[in-house]
Amino acid sequence: MDIYRPASWSEALEVKRGAPESVPLAGGTDLMVDLNFGRARPQALLDLTRLAELAGWDRDNGRVRIGAGVTFTTLIAELAPELPGLAIASRTVGSPQIRNRATLGGNLGTASPAGDALPPLLAAGAEVEVASAARSRRIPLEDFFIAPKVTALEGGELIAAIVVPVADGPQQYSKIGTRNAMVIATVSFALALHPGRRRVGTGIGSAAPRPLRATEAEDFIGGVLAEHDLWSSGAPIPEPASARFGELVAAAAQPIDDVRGTVAYRRHALAVLARRTLAWAWSDYRSAA
Amino acid sequence: MQLNLEVNGQVLQADDVWAGESLLYVLRERLGCPGSKNACEQGECGSCSVYLDGTLVCSCLVLAAQAEGRAVVTVEGLAGAGLLHPVQEAFLAAGAVQCGFCTPGLIVATHDLIARNPAPSDPEIREALAGNLCRCTGYVKILDAVRLAAEKAATS
Ligand SMILES: Cc1cc2nc3c(=O)[nH]c(=O)nc-3n(C[C@H](O)[C@H](O)[C@H](O)COP(=O)(O)OP(=O)(O)OC[C@H]3O[C@@H](n4cnc5c(N)ncnc54)[C@H](O)[C@@H]3O)c2cc1C
Ligand code: FES
Ligand code: FES
Repeated sequence: MDIYRPASWSEALEVKRGAPESVPLAGGTDLMVDLNFGRARPQALLDLTRLAELAGWDRDNGRVRIGAGVTFTTLIAELAPELPGLAIASRTVGSPQIRNRATLGGNLGTASPAGDALPPLLAAGAEVEVASAARSRRIPLEDFFIAPKVTALEGGELIAAIVVPVADGPQQYSKIGTRNAMVIATVSFALALHPGRRRVGTGIGSAAPRPLRATEAEDFIGGVLAEHDLWSSGAPIPEPASARFGELVAAAAQPIDDVRGTVAYRRHALAVLARRTLAWAWSDYRSAA
Repeated sequence: MQLNLEVNGQVLQADDVWAGESLLYVLRERLGCPGSKNACEQGECGSCSVYLDGTLVCSCLVLAAQAEGRAVVTVEGLAGAGLLHPVQEAFLAAGAVQCGFCTPGLIVATHDLIARNPAPSDPEIREALAGNLCRCTGYVKILDAVRLAAEKAATS
């Protein structure tokens, strides 16, 4: 096994062009487990932890561009005002040791439907900036995930950054697991209110082969809020509407039975999380108005 | 592969390192620092906790090659030779050690907690130590030890 340790982003892209089989290594909190247990024996590793270009974030034109190497600890400490949903989700990841090391780019690269960063990024309308030595392109996050562990990255490409619109309204994230700390989500749900665009964004985790938006549920609740002009009045959302929203979120999922939960439990729990996060976010919106 | 890294203030060299080796393995098996324990190799138990450039990490999840040229502090390096750090004294005084396997990781994680938050509340202690498992004590005396360590730090 070879190891490449580029000192700059352009060098990393050159290495990846010349050795497309090399596997990127960031915080190692997914990949090292596979190496330690002999489940992965890549021909070569490509260490990304020396690249200053990946380690920071900046804000421009209403968007935050987060380098792929930014850790969950940094997201919590520095980006809670801009991206509250992502910050809430980041606080639920692993332990301090894991959050100090695990990166946002690695969460995308692993492409697990349980990745905690993914639902809030979907709800916020994030894009992935990927690059190869030849070009750079942006992919809407919902098109980035193809199947568990399979992404839209092509040979020679690396994740450079995640670009997320700054929150324009309240955001929430909720996750169910067997205990509070150190658990993979049995099911999770993220919600973002976009009062400016009169839209509601959603993201479902751990309930399909890839993280999903519940687009029908988004259209439905957006319609209810517009029809009754609730965005302006700030009146409570009628109970039947939030119940229907929960049902549509549950219907969007394609859960499976596994050690963490059954299909029926996951659908039920998703409907509950959807109603709850909507109620929390709406109450934040009303008290801010 | 040859690696050079600073461990507890000393620049050390490890030879014949396989590219896939973890920092934990290199510390224990090649650099004579067996203080950090190996109990899971998957980031779940925290017994391998060390500082890497001042950040608390699980050394089993750091590729040794990623630590090239960086500074590692292990439980052996918290106090001077032959001395105990106040956090170590607190664990002894509180009786927070049974088999002791989890202790080095808990000591390093507690050291990190108190550096960040000199007067942690109980929920903050639980949150900070969520990645450190103990199969013996039931955690009650560990929480006592952390509170005692924080008091010692505040009065010293
Ligand atoms: C004990 C423990 C608890 C955990 N708890 C959680 C949890 O609660 N929630 C959660 O979501 N995850 C959890 N994880 C999983 C893991 O921490 C996350 O998925 C993390 O975001 C991975 O980031 P990393 O930098 O460590 O990735 P790495 O392990 O370095 O890489 C992961 C994958 O992404 C690829 N990759 C990394 N960076 C790039 C890049 N820039 N371009 C292209 N590909 C790239 C790698 O090749 C690899 O396939 C946990 C892991 C452990 C060990
Ligand atoms: S041995 Fe590293 S966390 Fe358990
Ligand atoms: S004292 Fe035995 S594992 Fe903690």
